[in-house]
Amino acid sequence: MDNFRITDLGDTAFAVEFGDGVDPAANARVTALRHGVLLARRQGGLAGLVETIPTFRSLLVQYDPLLTGRAVLEAEIRAIAAQSAAAPAGGGRTWVIPACYDEDLGEDLAELGRAAGLSRDEAIALHTGAEFTVYMLGFMPGFAYMGGVPEALRRPRRASPRLKVPPGSVALADALCAVYPWESPGGWHLIGQTPVSFFDLGREPPILLAAGDRVRFRAMDRAEFEAARRDSTLVAPERLLLAEDP
Amino acid sequence: MADGLEIVHPGLYTTVQDLGRFGFQDLGVPPSGALDTVGLRQANALVGNRPGEACLEISYVGPVIRVAAESVRIAVSGEVRLAVADGGPPRPLASNRSHRLGRGDTLTVGAVSGASTAYLAVEGGFDLPPVLGSLSSYGRAGLGPLGGRPPVAGTILPLRLGQCRDSDEMTFAKPMDYGAGPVRVVLGPQREAFTEDAVATLLGSQYRVSKEADRMGLRLDGPKLRHRVSADIASDGLVSGCIQVPGNGLPIILLADHQTVGGYAKIATVISADLPRLGRAVPGTVLAFAAVTVAEAESLRRAQENGIQRLIREIVPVPATGIDLDALYGADLISGMVDAVSGLGR
Repeated sequence: MDNFRITDLGDTAFAVEFGDGVDPAANARVTALRHGVLLARRQGGLAGLVETIPTFRSLLVQYDPLLTGRAVLEAEIRAIAAQSAAAPAGGGRTWVIPACYDEDLGEDLAELGRAAGLSRDEAIALHTGAEFTVYMLGFMPGFAYMGGVPEALRRPRRASPRLKVPPGSVALADALCAVYPWESPGGWHLIGQTPVSFFDLGREPPILLAAGDRVRFRAMDRAEFEAARRDSTLVAPERLLLAEDP
Repeated sequence: MADGLEIVHPGLYTTVQDLGRFGFQDLGVPPSGALDTVGLRQANALVGNRPGEACLEISYVGPVIRVAAESVRIAVSGEVRLAVADGGPPRPLASNRSHRLGRGDTLTVGAVSGASTAYLAVEGGFDLPPVLGSLSSYGRAGLGPLGGRPPVAGTILPLRLGQCRDSDEMTFAKPMDYGAGPVRVVLGPQREAFTEDAVATLLGSQYRVSKEADRMGLRLDGPKLRHRVSADIASDGLVSGCIQVPGNGLPIILLADHQTVGGYAKIATVISADLPRLGRAVPGTVLAFAAVTVAEAESLRRAQENGIQRLIREIVPVPATGIDLDALYGADLISGMVDAVSGLGR
């Protein structure tokens, strides 16, 4: 019995769903299937596939209906899913992202801490002590949904979203952490800001994080933050080469 | 200075678009691209370009452009009022055919009628650098040529050809038929998040395209669609045509600039053959929906593609002499663009 289901998105896509919610086990299977798909693609298979979009719980498979058909592609993807089911969640890199947690950069941190009975420093220590896993990217270019928020810092998103969240804002909502790569409206709780750019066309590849990567945050003081903002060469995120393996 | 088209006035919302930026949706990058891919292909065909060459996508009212090159061949697909001036009074030009313009000519691309979008192609294409493999513009994140934003007065759009080829002007033997009747959808992927009644309501009612219609999607007004429990799902992937229904029960049909993942339940997805029609839909357009299977959607798409290829194969030279009746017919309407601007904010 396959423990996934396939859902319809018209005649250009279908989704392979491994679960209903934000679920690390389902996400590991999504990652495994995606790796299987990319491998088959590199070997010249899966004609007509346009691309895939991995999410918390599902893999969207988009195709050109003039080059392939649902029946053909679905059979090919099912075969890959059957083989990739047992594969461990693949590779991934570990990054250390510096962030400044000053009051004016993370307006909601104090309130999140109060709700959990934590001092500001304790709340920062909890966030910098956690290891996050990138479940998926989406919403806007480079926006990474990261799981792994410590229980004490979990709060539902704000009832009224802010109209403008500054770029670089580090934010929490429920069990998820993210950094806003662009100024945008947003309902997540803001706890700090990073000078690291999560999407930069001048960089190859332009997107820092990929699904499956792990992220830790490091507190930086205001002087270091301002200096890094002035001189972007100072903000190269540190990649922990020691932590290649899950 | 490079040969180019100088933007004298940008029009209402004019952007450079091709067939889309695919391959980066896993990083959150929307596909973007032409809202009406058929219109883009038609404009390109009239000037002898490859089908996916980047064009100017015109929303409602187009730009005023001065030719800063020896000559250029242009074509605008769609029903659009065009006029050209070379120092004297403006002369009307017909859309849906190619025209050769000379240095200093000023082309006024007026109001689009019967649709929200039209496409202006130039022979040889624009000489602009692709961003992430595409010339599509995505303003929110500044992706695409010109920083992903509409050109402004004074922008020069460089041309690959400084002079157009010596050839016949071309037009269509028959106009494109975008079809009418219900918009065909495949139910799902979260059909079960809705009551049975909601599915029946979607398929049995009329919806009207609201004023909130842009490159990201069309918000519809009409009977509300009820969720069984909640409008929210754990975010998953999206494609153009997905019909999201947020908590207020009113459907939103996603178009080219849609975000890559979303957390609202989707009751159905518009089939790919009907997307060009929706990409042209103006506020107030009345839509009805009919359900088809994936296999039916695939064969409808193949039939449509055969039709488009036949249309493009059957492009014919414009008679060299004689009066441009279409242009004469449209001539008195050129001043109508002023009303169109004030009436259609977006």
